[in-house]
Amino acid sequence: MIAGLYIDGNSVLHRAQAGPKILAMVALGTGVFMVPDWPVVSLVLASVIALYRLSGFGWRVIIAQIRPMAWLLAIFFAVQLWLNDWQAGLLVITRIAAIVMFASLITLTTKTSDMLASLERALRPLKPLGVNPEKVSLAISMVLRFIPVIATVASEIRDAQRARGLDRSILAMIVPLIIRTLKMADDVADAIEARSFD
Amino acid sequence: MLYNGNGNRYMKTKDIVYIALFAALTAVLGLFPPITLPITGVPVTAQSLGPMLAGAILGARRGGLSIVLFLVLVALGLPLLSGGRGGFGVMIGVTGGFIFGWAVSAFVIGLLIEKFWNSLNVIKAALSIAFGGIVVLYALGNAWVAVVAEISYWQATVGAAPFLIGDVIKVAIATAACLAVRKSYPLISKSA
Repeated sequence: MIAGLYIDGNSVLHRAQAGPKILAMVALGTGVFMVPDWPVVSLVLASVIALYRLSGFGWRVIIAQIRPMAWLLAIFFAVQLWLNDWQAGLLVITRIAAIVMFASLITLTTKTSDMLASLERALRPLKPLGVNPEKVSLAISMVLRFIPVIATVASEIRDAQRARGLDRSILAMIVPLIIRTLKMADDVADAIEARSFD
Repeated sequence: MLYNGNGNRYMKTKDIVYIALFAALTAVLGLFPPITLPITGVPVTAQSLGPMLAGAILGARRGGLSIVLFLVLVALGLPLLSGGRGGFGVMIGVTGGFIFGWAVSAFVIGLLIEKFWNSLNVIKAALSIAFGGIVVLYALGNAWVAVVAEISYWQATVGAAPFLIGDVIKVAIATAACLAVRKSYPLISKSA
């Protein structure tokens, strides 16, 4: 099973339901765009960082969230400095940092299984539109099962093509991988139908 | 209502399996280490081949839905994006337009490939994949960057230009793969 990005804890955010947390994320994202004022947005960012601390995360976790976007933020700040002024630059980067860090915090404090349960609840009203929550759940569990299988097939093909001296050709890797993946579909579909799904 | 590539009204079990398989394939493509292009230092990942292949091989609806499914799993908190990234943070981050754009891109590629299916050749396949996988994808991705970075659309386009080289290579790979699979394992049949 693939491990989610969730980090265990017992804070208020850990205990809160996924649905309200996602709504809070949407609200924060909309809010920082509606108030284009850098001191306010900086305050929001500081609060988000405080929330990390309150949820029991150390500075290492916080820095790990910022690091992947640090370069991009530096470029965006420089671009704003060049086009406008430093206040505009500060607004752009604090806004992105606040949104991304809050969104990451939701992911860090919500179990994948709880997220899935919320998704199923959210899909239920869509049933009249032809969205079948059971089929969505089936598809999700299939993906989780297929990932290790396809990864194994990929490494088998890589070994086979290496023996032929084709290990540097992406095409010699991709085409057999797709064909074998598609062939798998026949067996899996038969197996599901044999169990009278649907 | 969901339709499949064969003009049938409902999703059959097999269609769901195809959708799940291509979502998983997209995740596996993210496991391949990125290749760094010489001089520019731009990282090229195999993952964005996923939407191109899904659209070109499964068609518009199944292809688009397989990427939607992949994105749902990422949103649920699984680290399936290349480099082990995942969760809401990356999805609504600076490159969010490109990530959400993948689903649209797969759908558009599928639509064009279905349209040209009976007379598909290298040129038609390459143009279809390039339109959906580059023109449409960059239009959405750059618009998103322009909004969050408060720059003009044109400036965002200039910024994204170095990544084009990798995507042109991927269009070529996806075109060859699409044509090879069409010969040996066709899944799209043009509805009359």
